[in-house]
Formats: sequence, structure tokens, C-alpha cells
Amino acid sequence: MARSNKPILWLPFAAGGLVAALVMPVLILITGLLVPLGVLHLPYDRMAAVAHNPIGKLMLFGILALPAWHAAHRLRMTAHDLGLGRGFAVKVACYGSAVVLIVAAAAALLAV
Amino acid sequence: MSRRPYVRAVRRTWWLRQPRYVVYMIRELTSLFIGLYSAWLVIGLVRLAQGRTAWEAFLAATSSPPAVLFQLVCLAFAAYHSITWFAVTPKAMPLRLKDEPVSGKIIVGGHYAAWALVSLVVLIAAGV
Repeated sequence: MARSNKPILWLPFAAGGLVAALVMPVLILITGLLVPLGVLHLPYDRMAAVAHNPIGKLMLFGILALPAWHAAHRLRMTAHDLGLGRGFAVKVACYGSAVVLIVAAAAALLAV
Repeated sequence: MSRRPYVRAVRRTWWLRQPRYVVYMIRELTSLFIGLYSAWLVIGLVRLAQGRTAWEAFLAATSSPPAVLFQLVCLAFAAYHSITWFAVTPKAMPLRLKDEPVSGKIIVGGHYAAWALVSLVVLIAAGV
């Protein structure tokens, strides 16, 4: 039987769906409502300390990379559902933008 | 496989035919907002890595009215994603304990409990 590359796409997709479901709403609540309202201040020193900590780096990477991959995979499937293009261009657009985000996040975490 | 496989034409509006298809499409659309908000978070992280001034500029940007409006839309779609994601967990990952299937209510309830716990921990970490 031919080997499938589907699990490589699927595992981060499912993990990303769960991570997005668990953490995205509270993160949006913070950056989109509590910070603008002045309830939270997210001081630089505190945030930089999280990004300096190895466990913090790993968590931030998971929180950013997995949902980005999830979204890319799902958007590709939705594009297919909508009959928008078939094949390579849609894959490049979806996975490509996710890869750009993931690389940018990794670079920022290494540089911080 | 035939050399000229038959590809059935798909109308782009097929999902408007039935309410349940529309609900499915809304569910799929949540991924667009998950992706867009991920991009916003990555921008925040890049600004954090650039230093104090850049981070403070990001906080000002995330507090601007257009950014707040964008994030409120994202929040609605993200919450819808969470609710629908948890709702299918008994089907997507059925659990068995001592050969007995675990009730779907417990699996879904466990996810809601995890959601509440994660949200609380993140809020405390953010300094509530």
C-alpha cells in the first residue's frame, strides 16, 4: 500500500483545532477587549520574560503555529468545497501563508 | 482509472440550498478568522522581539477602534469554533474506560472544564 502523507497534515490540524478552541477566545478577549479597555496592561517586562523562558517559548510557538496550520488546512478544504481552483495554487496560498507565519514566529522567539 | 475522468460540475452556491449546509459553511469560515487572528498574534510576537518601544506600539495598535472591531468579529467566530469543536468530540475521539464507552456528556463537559481552566490560567498569567 502506498504511504500516505495525510497524517503529517492531519495531526497538527487536529491539535491546532483543539489549541484554537481552548486558547483563542481568551487571547482575543485580552488583546481585543481587556487591553483596549485598560483592564490589562501586558507590561513589556512581563511579556518579554515569558518569551525568554524556554517553556514560555514552546507554549507560544504551539499557540501560534498549530492554529495557523489548522486554519490553512481547513481553508484549503473549504476552497475545494467552493470549487475555487484545484490543486497547487490553493495549496501554495494556504500552506504557504501558514509557513510564513510559523517561520516568523519561530524567528521572533529565537531572537527575543 | 479512465483517461478522461468525469468531474462533476460543482456550483459555487451549493451550500446555500439547505440551512444545514449554510451552518457547515459558517463553521468552515471560522478557520479564516482563526488564521487572521493567528497572524495578528505573530505580529505582536515579532513586535515584542523588537523591543519595548515596538511592543508598546503594538499595544496601541491592538487598542485602536478598527483592531478592536476586527478582534470582536474574530472572538465571535473563535467562540463558535470552540463550541462546535467541543460538540463533536464524542464522535471525533470516543473514549472507553474499562471496556465501557464514556458518555458523550462527560467528554464534552471535560472539554468545557478544560476551556474554563485554560482561560483562567491565561488571564492570571496576563495579570488579571
